[in-house]
Amino acid sequence: MNPALSVILLTVLIGAGQGLFLALFVIEAVVAAGVAAAPLPGFYLTGSVLALLLLAGGLLASFFHLGHPERAWRSAAMWRTSWLSREVIVLPAFMTLVAAYGWAHWQGVSATLLLGVAGVLLCLGLFLCTGMIYACIKFLQEWASPLTLVNFTILGCASGVTLAAALAGQRGETFTACIVAWAIALTVAGLLTRVISLQRNARLKPRSSLQTAIGIKHPKIAQKSQGFMGGSFNTREFFHGRSPGALRAVQWVFLAGAFVIPVLLLSASLAAPALALLWLACAVQFGGLIVERWFFFAQANHPQNLYYQTVS
Amino acid sequence: MTQLALVIDLNVCVGCHACVTSCKEWNTSGEAGFLSDDNPYDKDPTGTFFNRVQTFEVGEFPNTQTVHFPKSCLHCEDPPCVPVCPTGASYKRPEDGIVLVDYDKCIGCKYCAWACPYGVREIDEHQKVMKKCTLCVDRIYDAKLPESERKPACVLACPTNARLYGDIHDAESVVSKAIRENSGYALMPEWGTQPANHYLPRRRTEMRIHEDELERADNPLKIDGRLPRPGVKDPSLDDVTSW
Repeated sequence: MNPALSVILLTVLIGAGQGLFLALFVIEAVVAAGVAAAPLPGFYLTGSVLALLLLAGGLLASFFHLGHPERAWRSAAMWRTSWLSREVIVLPAFMTLVAAYGWAHWQGVSATLLLGVAGVLLCLGLFLCTGMIYACIKFLQEWASPLTLVNFTILGCASGVTLAAALAGQRGETFTACIVAWAIALTVAGLLTRVISLQRNARLKPRSSLQTAIGIKHPKIAQKSQGFMGGSFNTREFFHGRSPGALRAVQWVFLAGAFVIPVLLLSASLAAPALALLWLACAVQFGGLIVERWFFFAQANHPQNLYYQTVS
Repeated sequence: MTQLALVIDLNVCVGCHACVTSCKEWNTSGEAGFLSDDNPYDKDPTGTFFNRVQTFEVGEFPNTQTVHFPKSCLHCEDPPCVPVCPTGASYKRPEDGIVLVDYDKCIGCKYCAWACPYGVREIDEHQKVMKKCTLCVDRIYDAKLPESERKPACVLACPTNARLYGDIHDAESVVSKAIRENSGYALMPEWGTQPANHYLPRRRTEMRIHEDELERADNPLKIDGRLPRPGVKDPSLDDVTSW
């Protein structure tokens, strides 16, 4: 597939927003249980606003993927069958709850935990919808796996919790080190599941071949013409045009950027607390996840490409 | 239930692209609007087409066969592109099984194109909606046309009659018979899409001659000889002429 920046931004930004909201809720739950000291006033509000901004940024980016953004409202119609339609419903609903959660903290309404629980359910539902959009296309074998769901969820949580750690550090919260530790744990878990999915994809055997594509049983089939010379939607949308070597390089870049460097920076900040390290970890991880998502799309090999091997 | 479909005979297709041009001509002139092109007479021409003819070489020199392969929407009986559409713009008509796109509802998110393993959906780069073969739905039901012309434009244009059109759920239709009697097959059966369009395979015409057919049955003694030459003046028949 040819990765589209709008979809990359959508999935990375809302993932981070969801992770940040989950971090806020878990902190509030732990505080309510009396295990940790309450944060300074305004922590939940700032966090909710930040999460809302990320979610809104993702939503805005998604509009750039549409040919007719003015008709986007129609996409809520087919929620019975389409995961995309479900995402279109769940994302604004989740944003509403995040806004309500922040507002409730701001106004001192006591139902924040209840709002939080509802928000967590929608948040997990949103991870499910976003992941299933890709995992449900069974002939995109690189995506058609539960690992797609797992990675979207864990990577979103890791980037959101890293952001929560930076936010806590910025505000000088007492539990900053604890959140940093959580960010490290989630990033390491993300590295683990992402490497497992990379290994799975490396072992994949394509079920479709030129033989099944044109239905001729012969080991030697070569395309001589694809029917046109100047390219088409089929050649623009489904080919990223990079060499396998470039793809491998991108893989190492995102493994370093999304996982290894952030873990090192976060660990360094545990050893010698420094705010700059936390924000740097956030920025590097965000960049790394952008590259990771680019790779996620580029790696998917669409069976339609079998029909477009040679111009003439 | 009706399932309209095309059956394409690869044994007959000569790769002339008449189906491509007639399809473009008909569908760019219809009520639904044009099929946009960029640089049509310039370097790197590109545009939206419902139908393409591709060419493959099967085998290794000198034992090769050239296969021309027309490709358009297969109007799957279980179309993966339909359930993923978030707006319902992509739909399968229950009455005749044609898979269509409602251009007024399509938001151009391209998800249906991702969900089609055959790559037969193409976005119109100027109208920003997804387009695909309609099986000339604006033609096949047009009562103003004579009965014989109520067929898709590509079928009418094919000079070698490689494209058959009909209802594959009707056992006695020309397409069902062709599939049944000439080993019609579906593309990428591994994904369970059950394409309605079928292809008929290349069939080499071979004479089977047995050893005893090469021998003269009326010459048991194996005595071959020339018949006596008729005289130059004698009347003759063609098969006994000696000059």
